Amino acid sequence: MPSKGLLLRILEHDTGGKIFLSLLAVVAVLVSVLNLAVPEGSPLHVSTYTVTLLGKYLCYALLAVALDLVWGYCGILSLGHAAFFALGGYCMGMYLMRQVGDRGVYGNPDLPDFMVFLNWTELPWYWFGFDQFWFTMLMVMLVPGVLALVFGWLAFRSRVTGVYLSIITQALTFALMLAFFRNEMGFGGNNGLTDFKELLGFNLQNDVTRVGLFLISALTLAVAYFVARYVVNSKLGRVVVAVRDAEDRARFIGYKVESFKLWIFVFSAMLAGLAGALYVPQVGIINPSEFSPLNSIELVVWVAVGGCGTLYGAVLGALLVNFAKTYFTGALPEVWLFALGTLFVVVTLFLPHGLVGLLKRRRKKATLNEAPT
Amino acid sequence: MNPLKLFGTGRREQSRDTVGAQRHTVISGEVDVSHGPILYLENVTVSFDGFKALNELTLYIDDGELRCIIGPNGAGKTTMMDVITGKTRPDSGTAFFGQTMDLTRMSEYEIASVGIGRKFQKPTVFPRHTVFENLELAMRADKRVWPSLWGRLDGQQRDRITEVLETVMLTGQQALRAAELSHGQKQWLEIGMLLMQDPRVLLVDEPIAGMTHQETERTAELLTGLAGSRSVVVVEHDMAFVRSIARKVTVLHEGHVLAEGNMDEVQNHPAVIEVYLGG
Ligand SMILES: Nc1ncnc2c1ncn2[C@@H]1O[C@H](COP(=O)(O)OP(=O)(O)OP(=O)(O)O)[C@@H](O)[C@H]1O
Ligand SMILES: [Mg+2]
Repeated sequence: MPSKGLLLRILEHDTGGKIFLSLLAVVAVLVSVLNLAVPEGSPLHVSTYTVTLLGKYLCYALLAVALDLVWGYCGILSLGHAAFFALGGYCMGMYLMRQVGDRGVYGNPDLPDFMVFLNWTELPWYWFGFDQFWFTMLMVMLVPGVLALVFGWLAFRSRVTGVYLSIITQALTFALMLAFFRNEMGFGGNNGLTDFKELLGFNLQNDVTRVGLFLISALTLAVAYFVARYVVNSKLGRVVVAVRDAEDRARFIGYKVESFKLWIFVFSAMLAGLAGALYVPQVGIINPSEFSPLNSIELVVWVAVGGCGTLYGAVLGALLVNFAKTYFTGALPEVWLFALGTLFVVVTLFLPHGLVGLLKRRRKKATLNEAPT
Repeated sequence: MNPLKLFGTGRREQSRDTVGAQRHTVISGEVDVSHGPILYLENVTVSFDGFKALNELTLYIDDGELRCIIGPNGAGKTTMMDVITGKTRPDSGTAFFGQTMDLTRMSEYEIASVGIGRKFQKPTVFPRHTVFENLELAMRADKRVWPSLWGRLDGQQRDRITEVLETVMLTGQQALRAAELSHGQKQWLEIGMLLMQDPRVLLVDEPIAGMTHQETERTAELLTGLAGSRSVVVVEHDMAFVRSIARKVTVLHEGHVLAEGNMDEVQNHPAVIEVYLGG
């Protein structure tokens, strides 16, 4: 089978990726079976709440992979990547709102409740098309992609780099947050979009739908991982790393550095948008707080903790930090932000390559010790 | 070692006659050297906060010649290369590649893709890439984004890399990361990258710093071998080295040409003696 050969070839030197994808497959199947096939009373049963929680983590992991592509591989520390995630989420939210139809509180077949509440009489033009699923999926990638294209084109062309770039990405997400807070924008103001009913006709409250969304998240993450790995293994990937390490050198051997940065930035934004779109039906709401600058910074911490520039490190970091976050916000809500801050300081000081770097070092040491002297 | 073989096929000579028929570069069209020179710098001035690093510099490099440029620290040698490669824009004056290409209006990657390659004063290679990958990245090829995503090395390209690895004596190190090389090896790798680009003009800034005597000799051999089919501009402080390769020497001082001629003429030039020994 040629396709199988291709997949294996993509993972050829990627032990971490193989381990991650195998684990992902096992967990995805196991969790689904334990939720659907094992009765609720059994100690082995996995609750639908947990399934959805895991689905949410997988979306975060996808977002982390997206950030790792621009930060770990191209050296662009974007502090606004959650904006692309949120935009993808809003696109999906608009579709889910249109799916509600006349079952809203006001029973208007065309207008979402919040528009009726604002005394709007017709749907704004930018809501057109979002009753179609295919159109929505297109927009989920296109809207973040186009924003990244315009923003990146302006920034990279004028050679904005380093801290300055990080600051303007942060400003970007902040500006979007303020804009989406406004009711007149037509995206539900600070309440955002919520009270979704169904997706493609499947009731979002059903266990089966929940498990389905979880599985689709796992599958999307796996596919995105393969594509991202293909990209970083390609010559384009090597050029991108070259740009990270010696930008001028890359220019003087004939690469149009701006174009490479722009390509990877847009690709990453599209992945982030996809992650946001998978996230929204599982958590049941999207509101402007998703644009909060803090979210983008947290995302950077996940990738730093896992270890940037490996892809699977980003996944690991996203999962671990979010497990910890869920635990802390339940047990000791007031310490979470301090814990996060401390984590970041510890990682930057002692683990420049994150947990993955630590594991690699351990393994190297072990093999050195084993070697006969 | 036949230096002409360094560039493999000799495709370049062919395309010179057929006016870029087979070549695919960002800027189409071949460099026009019908009047002799391949590089024209005329009245180039570059100032940094009022200080003139280049002051009305006029300099021509002939097609196929090997030119050495010497001059005390701060004379403007590196700045001159910056102007040619698009890194620094002159405040006034013109810089042309052949008769037709205005270097002051081209960006760095365009200048590189029409055939001007550069080795930096401080060796700069891609530290996290292997030696092999460094050469691959430098290789003359379609360097746009999408072709880079789909492209794969073909047999001929692999052979070319193997060939250059041998020339720069790094065959045994091809799988090492460039960061792990010694200073001299990095210099060689950068020279290898220059060869991979198959440029028409090579700008080489202080190539032998950190090299052993043997390596220096080999560099001399390599550079002199390249001249003829390419133009080579070498900036170097090491006078013995310059003497060993030089045909024509240009002395830069305070941003303009002080003297020009063969090594002996230049060394006996009163103004040069004044600058190097007096003051
Ligand atoms: N970016 C810059 N900003 C300010 N001054 C600069 C800049 N680049 C070069 N200069 C100054 O311009 C002058 C010429 O520098 P350049 O590097 O061209 O000299 P050089 O001939 O290459 O010297 P060396 O032999 O030391 O390499 C120096 O006085 C240097 O300090
Ligand atoms: Mg210099």
